[in-house]
Amino acid sequence: MSGKEFRVMVVDLACGKGRLEVIPGRDLVIGGSGLAALLYRQYGKPELSWDDPQQPLIFAIGPLTGLFPLMSKTVCSFKSNYHGEYTESHAGGRSALALAFAGLDALVLVGRAPRLSSLLVASRSLELREVSFLKGLDCDAAGKLLRTTYPGGSGHRSILRIGPAGELGSAMAAITVDTYRHFGRMGGGAAMGAKNLKAIVIHGDGALDLPEGKAYARLFQELYGKVTSTEMMRKYHNLGTAANLQALNDISSLPWNNLQRTSDAAIATVSGERFADAALLRNGACGGCPVGCIHIGFFREKMADNRYHFHQVAYDYEPIFAVGTMLGVTDVFDVLRIIEAVEKVGLDVMSAGVALAWATEATERGLIGDRETLTPLRFGDAAAYRQAAWQLGSGASPFYRLLGQGTLRAAAQYGGGEFACVLGQEMAGYATGELFFAAQTLGFRHSHLDTGAYGYDQKNSQRDVGKAVDFLIDDEPGRALLTSMVACLFARAVYDNETLSRCLEAVGHSELAATLSESGERIRRLRWLVRASTGFAPENFSIPKRFYKVATWKGAIDAAYLDAIKDEYGRRIVALIAAGANEWR
Amino acid sequence: MKQLSTPRLDQCIGCHSCALACARLVHKKVSWHCAGIRIRSAGGLSTGFAASRCLCCDPPPCAAVCPTGALTPRRGGGVVVRKGSCIRCGACVPACPVDGIATDHVGDIYICIHCGRCVPFCPQNCLEMVDSDATGEVR
Repeated sequence: MSGKEFRVMVVDLACGKGRLEVIPGRDLVIGGSGLAALLYRQYGKPELSWDDPQQPLIFAIGPLTGLFPLMSKTVCSFKSNYHGEYTESHAGGRSALALAFAGLDALVLVGRAPRLSSLLVASRSLELREVSFLKGLDCDAAGKLLRTTYPGGSGHRSILRIGPAGELGSAMAAITVDTYRHFGRMGGGAAMGAKNLKAIVIHGDGALDLPEGKAYARLFQELYGKVTSTEMMRKYHNLGTAANLQALNDISSLPWNNLQRTSDAAIATVSGERFADAALLRNGACGGCPVGCIHIGFFREKMADNRYHFHQVAYDYEPIFAVGTMLGVTDVFDVLRIIEAVEKVGLDVMSAGVALAWATEATERGLIGDRETLTPLRFGDAAAYRQAAWQLGSGASPFYRLLGQGTLRAAAQYGGGEFACVLGQEMAGYATGELFFAAQTLGFRHSHLDTGAYGYDQKNSQRDVGKAVDFLIDDEPGRALLTSMVACLFARAVYDNETLSRCLEAVGHSELAATLSESGERIRRLRWLVRASTGFAPENFSIPKRFYKVATWKGAIDAAYLDAIKDEYGRRIVALIAAGANEWR
Repeated sequence: MKQLSTPRLDQCIGCHSCALACARLVHKKVSWHCAGIRIRSAGGLSTGFAASRCLCCDPPPCAAVCPTGALTPRRGGGVVVRKGSCIRCGACVPACPVDGIATDHVGDIYICIHCGRCVPFCPQNCLEMVDSDATGEVR
């Protein structure tokens, strides 16, 4: 069971030595998101550049990790090279349970390894090893070699690694976790690459004490039954999030061809049903999650005669939107081919797809040409996007190196900012309306999961600024609480505050159970305060013109309403930061 | 006698719910390792999963090397475990031909006692308790 204080392994990569710190504050920040922010306050250098060796790269789990179903995520936090501010990215795989069973609440990496290295962390091991032979290797090849380099522990370890994009410092570089999961957004891969760290192997080779009494096992059984026997989670393991493709297309909220339209009859060939029927190979799960939402598809390639090789690629709604509909690619196997290319080079699929969509429209408009893109880009040309993905991730031209820093950076040089689909970062696949556009633009992680704005847009047609912004403000603390436990946000219907309280009571954290609402609010303010310390201000983020020209089920976007929401949301965030500053003096 | 079998392990999604259940309910731990059934990826995630567990050898070689009688042959195959008699010598671990016995850093051993408590926690219906006489597994 996790203790009242945090056990944090702080590793200085410059010398390869770590120290185990015992840090108080469980009652204030719980774990996960809250702990990550607390640790950045302690170890971070807000005033220094994102790639200064002193900047920490933080991985944190929570008090319920491994103890209940779907408590299976890890929070990664760092100063992002995308916007130069503090951020978080979340991933599952086996990383969370591996950290828990290694006996740690968090891993903090500071310093820069003298040579390209990999780090082994286990309950009784800590070792930094030079791995110059992995330089430039893609995530797939690196994973295979790492499994050989670190024999033993199969199934009970988590292997995090970066591809060429992370080594080069792309702001779209991801950290791949156990092949099929990713700390995708905001350039976590670059934060790792800046430390000369190719991989982290976390071996969960220890065990936690069982909570005392019978309440824990009983509650586990109850919650396990809830997530496996009822309809509550069925959508996640049936078609998975890919079911959203048809649903969003039906309400004119699915971005197509760089958001030139929001619905298209071609959806029939790229829907969740189509993926399941034609290309779904099997399901997978994160460690400790019986839902198994990971959908692994396949494609095969013909070499000559009847010689084939096959590939396995995980898919979800967001990657399909980003390199499918956004690029006008409507063959499920082609979509999988592009996802694989993007992931191998170590880029975030959502960011890369949206960036390439902009590059395609910029090509159509004559702003850029073959000299920049190397491969001629045309909506629907899957083979070209496969090549471009590698070129973007490996920085194959000055244009791609700039685009890898963010679509708006490229647009600032080449023009075309008005049709860059960027909402704080490259958009998530929800052209649902004004509230989502404002919410992603200013949201803490610039993620569609920061708040339920995309859901609000789908249920509300009235244009009430106060009510809409109240929704965003009221929705965030509950999510901050869940990401401090650290729950998968797919489980938010299961883990309401009452259930979380029961869970915490059952594992001996009754002091946390009694004050959940206050804690959620406190953590939310702390996260914003930490972000503000690195330079956040609402006016840093604007909404490109393309979003004002979108038509959804509610009709055309109301520009005045959108602007009013963004302004008001920005004011409310600034107020949160001020309140946080008083609280965390 | 009934024994644990894994007739549908090709349906495994790697959630470790079985191992966590065994650790929680039998061994009073929170762990995916300190358990009588342990899931590992078979050559990387892309090739699926395998389960390390007791296959009910009869006679069991682990019991043969146990110097204190902590492991004794179980009717139908496998062993009866008397934890209080175990001196943590670890001799049983390499004696098992199928990597069915785990040990932790203090030398405690974890071996399937064929109680079946993991079975209802598999969301994919991979596991089943079967009559020892009816299984086609190791005898």
